[in-house]
Amino acid sequence: MALIQISEPGQTTAPHQHRLAAGIDLGTTNSLVATVRSGVAETLPDDTGRHLLPSVVRYLEQGEALVGEAAQVQAADDPLNTVVSVKRFMGRGVEDVKRLGVSLPYEFVAGESGMPLIRTAAGDRSPVQVSADILATLKRRAEQTLGGDLTGVVITVPAYFDDAQRQATKDAGTLAGLKVLRLLNEPTAAAVAYGLDRSADGIIAVYDLGVGTFDISILRLNQGVFEVMATAGDTALGGDDMDHLIAGWIMVQAGLDERIDHGLQRRLLQAACAAKEALTGQEATDIRVELSAGQPWQGVLSRGQMDELIEPLIKKTLAPCRRALRDAGVSVNDIHEVIMVGGSTRVPRVRTLIGGFFQRPPLVDIDPDRVVAIGAAIQADILAGNKPEDDMLLLDVIPLSLGIETMGGLSEKIVPRNTTIPVARAQEFTTFKDGQTAMALHVVQGERELVEDCRSLARFELRDIPPMAAGAAHIRVTYQVDADGLLSVTAEEQTSGAQAHIEVKPSYGLTDTEIETMLRASMDHAQDDMQARRLREQQVEADRVLEALQAALQQDAGQFLDADERQAIDQAAEALETARAGDDYREIKTAVERLEAASAVYVERRMNANIQKAMTGHAVDEFK
Amino acid sequence: MSSLLTQNYFQLFSLPEQYRLERAELDDRYRELQRNVHPDRFASAGDRVRRLSVQQAAHINEAYETLKDPLRRGRYLLTLRGQTMGDQQATHQDPEFLMQQMTLREALGEVREQADPLAELDRLAREVRAQYQALEAGLADALDERQDAEAALTFALRMQYFTRLQNEVQELEANMEDELL
Repeated sequence: MALIQISEPGQTTAPHQHRLAAGIDLGTTNSLVATVRSGVAETLPDDTGRHLLPSVVRYLEQGEALVGEAAQVQAADDPLNTVVSVKRFMGRGVEDVKRLGVSLPYEFVAGESGMPLIRTAAGDRSPVQVSADILATLKRRAEQTLGGDLTGVVITVPAYFDDAQRQATKDAGTLAGLKVLRLLNEPTAAAVAYGLDRSADGIIAVYDLGVGTFDISILRLNQGVFEVMATAGDTALGGDDMDHLIAGWIMVQAGLDERIDHGLQRRLLQAACAAKEALTGQEATDIRVELSAGQPWQGVLSRGQMDELIEPLIKKTLAPCRRALRDAGVSVNDIHEVIMVGGSTRVPRVRTLIGGFFQRPPLVDIDPDRVVAIGAAIQADILAGNKPEDDMLLLDVIPLSLGIETMGGLSEKIVPRNTTIPVARAQEFTTFKDGQTAMALHVVQGERELVEDCRSLARFELRDIPPMAAGAAHIRVTYQVDADGLLSVTAEEQTSGAQAHIEVKPSYGLTDTEIETMLRASMDHAQDDMQARRLREQQVEADRVLEALQAALQQDAGQFLDADERQAIDQAAEALETARAGDDYREIKTAVERLEAASAVYVERRMNANIQKAMTGHAVDEFK
Repeated sequence: MSSLLTQNYFQLFSLPEQYRLERAELDDRYRELQRNVHPDRFASAGDRVRRLSVQQAAHINEAYETLKDPLRRGRYLLTLRGQTMGDQQATHQDPEFLMQQMTLREALGEVREQADPLAELDRLAREVRAQYQALEAGLADALDERQDAEAALTFALRMQYFTRLQNEVQELEANMEDELL
């Protein structure tokens, strides 16, 4: 309940309590967790001082999971049970994973709803579960460092992530026992980290070159409101490709041909990566590679040579940059700041070329590996309610068009890409047979004309349509995309007002039942612990709801509620207090829901009044 | 107190119900409204409140998208005044206008054959933009001063033709720029 959040700053009677919140950058190669402490956002290290957690999970036979460094060091010895780059499989189907083209050591099997499962020694694991294991490790790290439970987290996702990928990320959070306050686009998080919301208004470009992905976003900042104007990118372009180019150069120099074993290939890539890193600080570097036992190769690579090698790759990122500018309807001259994100932007040539393209030196002060997590932490701190006076607002857009399948396998766009979310669009359908009571719909996401070229999001079946003559029923289907970019669908028959029943079958997601089953499975070994934890969570929730409600009622109950309405709320509040004193978390939960239902009218009136108040002084008359 | 969701878009933004508007004012009001209703303001709220907030934020976004686009704003205002744009008007365009459209389209089709294709495309883009702005001025005059719905419909319809043309110019621009890389 957010009553407290819509009261005027400084008017709440409740003492302010700092809530523990964190930002999580769930990356393809590395993940990080950050939090705001004493007003400063910082990433949190593990007990050995490392901030980056390799996004690697190794499953052991006893069902145990090793996450991070521990899993990574043994990846070569146990490739079948070691999952790397799981982010690439999030929200993907078995067929998509095959099409990714990367050769993967582990075996995929099809899950219940088309989701690929990875066969490991600990059993079959979905990408969502693997990600949940990474998130749980970061959660533990944060809770141990901060000395308390996290109220909520913000998890970042690439701006181009589609609905299925976002949903999968959120599900992973839920599975890890986190309350996901918001999925935040990575570029937006970077802009927040630089505190650009505090600076002058303007248009910002965020250039994110990671290990394996590239992403460019154009944001507009206006009076503390961030809008993502456009995003573009390439999901198969990154620092890894630089390593391959440099490794290729070494092979030519060393007179090697294509037929080299995996071990040497890995050594070459390691040497290439090390050379690339060395050349960020120096003009030339020595390279040594053991070609075979006792046969070393040695050479020198200058920065100029490397620049020449990787230049085509950097230039390849310019096409998406132009596209994003065009989609945003701005030109290079309109850009006020350029932010560098991702480890690969440490390469000096990247900075000069991109700075040249945007005609200004890019911002590089914050560690490009950590900047996204830091921004997420700042946003989490605000969303958790720790800064009630902060009116920063992040408005995002939907990265890919939402469409519906029409006759002939074509996609008809309902919500075009780069539309600001939340958004709701309605469409009317009619029946084509007398007495028809059901209808099937297929929602897809993507820019292509043909449905088969787009990503299948979900199939819906409209049932319980009242039987009428063909063409007489008018079914209004509303597609709503929330602030996280997640889709939900409702349908109503217009003439009779009957709610058509909708059954959603996510194409590659988890059904609610699947999540429930997984949650239960993960809880089995810690049943009592979980019970106690749930009870504590619900008690905290109950206290917050009651506290906020009392503060609000004291302020303006008389203004918005008549005696009956007030009585209903008071009764529900009393019931909650009784439940709060007991030890059944389900009862508390139900009582919270009942109180929310009872006070819904009150909340809505307050919300409307608040809007009216914000808009007064703008009476239409003043312009006449 | 009228609910947010039932107000027309002009009322919602406290703007006079007319075609001409101050874009800066619209933008300011939009942000002010979103600051009050956006789901991020209710991140730890219950489901019911969050649903309400998403619904309202979506409505405000839709209203903003409509009012900020010259053509959509014109159509919306015409709808408020009981006029809808049907397809029958499409056939009632005068030959001169259709001729101009054909000439522009032909020029666009031949851009790649010009000595300096990008310069030629630039010239066309400028012309299309200028024509669009002239139509917009006409629409504003027809709606706000002359109160001539018939004329307004014609202007709006022509703007539609030019919007399509503008999209094609942009698409060609995009393709040509990508090819240059």
